[in-house]
Amino acid sequence: MKAVWIALATTAALALQTTVAHAFMVHGSVPVDLVLVVVVYVALSSGPFTGLLAGTFAGLAQDALSGGIIGIGGLADTLVGFLAGVVGTQFIVTQPLTRMVVFFGATVVRAILFMGLYALLGLRHFPSPYAAVAIQGVGNAVVGVVAFEIVEVLPGAIERRRLRGPRLRR
Amino acid sequence: MTILDLRQHTGYLLAAIVVGHVILISTQVTSRTGVPVLAEVTFGVFSQVQRGTAAVVDGAEQVWRNYAALRGVRSDNRMLREELATARVQLQEQRALAERSRTLEQLLGLRDRSNLSMAAADVIAAGATPDFRTVTIDRGTLGGLHRDMAVIAPGGVVGRVVMSGLNASQVQLLIDRNAAAGALIERSRAQGVIMGGDNGQLRMQYVAETADVKVGDEVVTSGIDGIYPKGFVIGRVTRVEHGVGGYRLIAVAPAVDFHSLEEVMVITTPPPSRDTGAAHE
Repeated sequence: MKAVWIALATTAALALQTTVAHAFMVHGSVPVDLVLVVVVYVALSSGPFTGLLAGTFAGLAQDALSGGIIGIGGLADTLVGFLAGVVGTQFIVTQPLTRMVVFFGATVVRAILFMGLYALLGLRHFPSPYAAVAIQGVGNAVVGVVAFEIVEVLPGAIERRRLRGPRLRR
Repeated sequence: MTILDLRQHTGYLLAAIVVGHVILISTQVTSRTGVPVLAEVTFGVFSQVQRGTAAVVDGAEQVWRNYAALRGVRSDNRMLREELATARVQLQEQRALAERSRTLEQLLGLRDRSNLSMAAADVIAAGATPDFRTVTIDRGTLGGLHRDMAVIAPGGVVGRVVMSGLNASQVQLLIDRNAAAGALIERSRAQGVIMGGDNGQLRMQYVAETADVKVGDEVVTSGIDGIYPKGFVIGRVTRVEHGVGGYRLIAVAPAVDFHSLEEVMVITTPPPSRDTGAAHE
């Protein structure tokens, strides 16, 4: 069941990334990678096993849709998913600030792997990508933390509202 | 091996997946012939998801605009913009026609290619990753679109079709780092190659130091690449500097606003060079 949810979340992230995210361009680049946010979220909440599988699936799908070499993004996302999962199990990552750091770090690691592999194979060069990666890191961190807050706060709020309801009627 | 067993051997699974990826990448890097099958199939399937999402987003946007904005004014504005877009495309065609006349093609007895046939398409999605500047349009092979067809907008050149599904195609924008097009300075006829640069800008390369290039010069397609027809607007020169190796460093601002692309035209007439090449085959 969890696999279905992860597949749905990744598909939704891909759909939003390709249709909505480009509307929020900052200095000519998209400030958030929603697919990476989903991978890191899954890894932090479910561990390295699920994280690496989510990374593989999401990265390969992203590669296939981007027109680039299939596998480079897949490999980068797989490793990021695994590493984020390991961080999630080895450290206490429950505070918004620490989660932000993980999301930001995951973005940087992903960029290094992705751009490094392309440069290593001589297929593509990324002159001075630092600003774009930093902006995307901040964007991913904000979106990721907000996603965590919503998922954690929402069920509790609904429950509290339900408990409060009959008392108010009385 | 059950899922539980796999969970206890995540390291092995990671190693297997990494090796799988490396093999996958190696296969593509060495072959480099056409579009990978996996890419084509995934694109074909996912373009339908993109189409659905775009329809939902577009529907919501339409509802919002039609109720929040003044309905009458909006439709008038839309009609005028469509007329303007058509006029600008026609202007570009006329510019291309005039250019061809000037280069004595007709005196050489070549057939008149002024009537380019085009197919209109809507942009339904942007690139899946911020590292590649592509868009998806809602026309594919069923609509007569194929790989390497030029895509233009009323403002100028947009890019080329890199992959076609049945009902959707992927377009590589001219601002993508891997994109290139034959170009010339309209005023001085200095030739070069336009390539995608950083932050949505273009750069013109291989223009000799001795060439006459000024800031504000208009850059148009030269037609030598076999993809883009000659004489279509690419952009305007914003910076000219001395480079290395006897070439100038020229920055060009694209004529098209790539952030607000909604409708494009795909030129379905093959350009002269490709057409001639096909005739020789």
